[in-house]
Amino acid sequence: MSLRIVVCVKYVPDATGDRHFADDLTLDRDDVDGLLSELDEYAVEQALQIAGDHSGDDAEVTVLTVGPEDAKDALRKALSMGAHKAVHVEDDDLHGTDALGTSLVLAKAIEKTGYDLVICGMASTDGTMGVLPAMLSERLGVPQVTLLSEVSVEGGTVKGRRDGDAATVQLEASLPAVVSVTDQSGEARYPSFKGIMAAKKKPVESLDLEDLDIEAGDVGLEGAWTAVDSATERPARTAGTIVNDEGKGGDELAEFLVSQKFI
Amino acid sequence: MAEVLVYVDHVDGAVRKPTLELLTLARRLGDPVAVALGAGAADTAAKLAEHGAVKVLTADAPEFADYLVVPKVDALQAAYESVSPVAVLVPSSAEGKEIAARLAVRIGSGLITDAIDLTADDKGPVATQSVFAAAYTTNSRVTKGTPVITVKPNAAPVEPAAAAGTVEALSVPFGEAATGTKVVGRTPRESTGRPELTEAAIVVSGGRGVNGAENFAIIEALADSLGAAVGASRAAVDAGWYPHSNQVGQTGKSVSPQLYIASGISGAIQHRAGMQTSKTIVAINKDAEAPIFDLVDYGVVGDLFQVVPQLTEAIKARKG
Ligand SMILES: Cc1cc2nc3c(=O)[nH]c(=O)nc-3n(C[C@H](O)[C@H](O)[C@H](O)COP(=O)(O)OP(=O)(O)OC[C@H]3O[C@@H](n4cnc5c(N)ncnc54)[C@H](O)[C@@H]3O)c2cc1C
Ligand SMILES: Cc1cc2nc3c(=O)[nH]c(=O)nc-3n(C[C@H](O)[C@H](O)[C@H](O)COP(=O)(O)OP(=O)(O)OC[C@H]3O[C@@H](n4cnc5c(N)ncnc54)[C@H](O)[C@@H]3O)c2cc1C
Repeated sequence: MSLRIVVCVKYVPDATGDRHFADDLTLDRDDVDGLLSELDEYAVEQALQIAGDHSGDDAEVTVLTVGPEDAKDALRKALSMGAHKAVHVEDDDLHGTDALGTSLVLAKAIEKTGYDLVICGMASTDGTMGVLPAMLSERLGVPQVTLLSEVSVEGGTVKGRRDGDAATVQLEASLPAVVSVTDQSGEARYPSFKGIMAAKKKPVESLDLEDLDIEAGDVGLEGAWTAVDSATERPARTAGTIVNDEGKGGDELAEFLVSQKFI
Repeated sequence: MAEVLVYVDHVDGAVRKPTLELLTLARRLGDPVAVALGAGAADTAAKLAEHGAVKVLTADAPEFADYLVVPKVDALQAAYESVSPVAVLVPSSAEGKEIAARLAVRIGSGLITDAIDLTADDKGPVATQSVFAAAYTTNSRVTKGTPVITVKPNAAPVEPAAAAGTVEALSVPFGEAATGTKVVGRTPRESTGRPELTEAAIVVSGGRGVNGAENFAIIEALADSLGAAVGASRAAVDAGWYPHSNQVGQTGKSVSPQLYIASGISGAIQHRAGMQTSKTIVAINKDAEAPIFDLVDYGVVGDLFQVVPQLTEAIKARKG
């Protein structure tokens, strides 16, 4: 049996850099380095492991991103980890697309690519909404098996463990399905030198909105379902009191908590 | 007056605090109509009525427990169609966000997640979000369809406001997708008797500096002296010292208590993303250069094994 896995990966600004908004209140991508969202590395890792478990068969891992020119870096990273090919949806009219729009574009690109299993990260490290996997499941009309800390595919069934607030549940669904994995699912591998060299030769297909039959007016800043009215930088915290413990640090801290009426 | 649909988070009929906060916010936009699903749904009505629900739509069916998320979306959609609300509000839990996401796609509406405040404007609700690890505060609106907004715990005070709270059974036509993802096993989380991490007024967290599972007893003792919840950094969780369900941060819980006490935590950006909106922040760390000190209202540079037990004793002594 062949198994076609599509992994959705997002290109995001480095969280340890100085992130801000541009004049049009979208993410300013010029001032800060971008990279493959760290949480999507876990998705790539699980895709490669599932493909590896199907080594007798023909399993193929395609990484998919919707993003600007530089988002190719995220695809290269995923290819160097071992993914087989990449799809890049790139179009100037996509600038400012929100979650509803992104899910529309991803769903169309996934359908065009062909899939048995879609794997996403648990959330992007910039928007951090954690909603795209559920939206893709809804749009594609296939089961959602999300927020898994453990995942496996046997025959035509995907199984996984979801650690929820009130309980840990074991889930099962038939393929095709949309999965998302958490950072508890297993450390992501580092690309090897060989992997990095091989990635340079792997195919990266570019698609634009026309290829996906999407009207420009349905996505981008104009077509967005949401609008940001204002973005203000949080005022710097006023410097707090910092004391060295000279043996009475705990007692002094208790005094502070009393003064703030916590005790 | 316009109606606002509020999705109820409850455990066997006991309404969780974030839902009561949602009702406070919903009343700024219109008359709250609550949707309670699953076992004990009808038992939520009295509490919801005390907090302003004019109507409570309830449904119970095995599907809600036996399959993941989608049956609840079918129910919320049925409620949406019977009410025609001006907004749909859902608590920002992992599941709440997924329910909201699918509903937004179905009804062709925009979605805003993790609001920390909501106000009414003539163009509809305005949601405040805290983004980029709390470095920015934004105001956003939904511009297409009926706003679907998920709201974080502690976004508003719980304010009683008596209302009719008429209970109505909601009839839910489950779609084909409802039974797509089976729940084949369930292990409930054991209760620690401590407050829920995301809802607690005080959170006491430990990190790599706690240096061992057994040492977390020091952190727990401090938490118990304050009636607080216990949190942990990812380093402590990854080391197996504390359960993942207690992790605070980007990939753990996001907390916004009145008081956050971090011990042996350096303050990495991913940890800050989950606690930076706490009202008062206190840190105990032996490294004066630790980035956590940039956030604190009060910091102690010192050994947590000295400072924390002394603090716990001082608190106990004062409380008598
Ligand atoms: C600070 C901030 C706040 C935002 N708030 C909102 C909001 O309230 N409402 C709204 O509609 N939009 C919002 N957006 C826009 C939204 O982040 C983007 O549209 C985004 O592509 C989808 O949301 P997410 O990144 O949070 O995805 P998540 O749902 O957090 O992402 C989950 C997974 O989906 C996949 N994925 C997500 N985006 C892509 C992509 N472009 N290409 C490939 N795979 C992808 C990845 O596997 C990822 O791990 C916000 C953006 C920012 C930067
Ligand atoms: C994608 C991604 C997601 C992540 N999500 C999260 C998340 O949700 N939550 C999270 O916490 N992290 C998260 N991290 C990890 C984060 O980057 C840090 O590695 C982590 O927060 C460090 O934990 P720590 O502060 O306990 O450990 P460290 O950074 O090692 O700090 C330990 C601190 O303890 C102090 N210390 C040591 N001994 C003592 C003593 N006896 N007394 C007092 N102080 C002492 C040290 O001075 C030091 O400052 C994530 C990382 C990534 C890449």
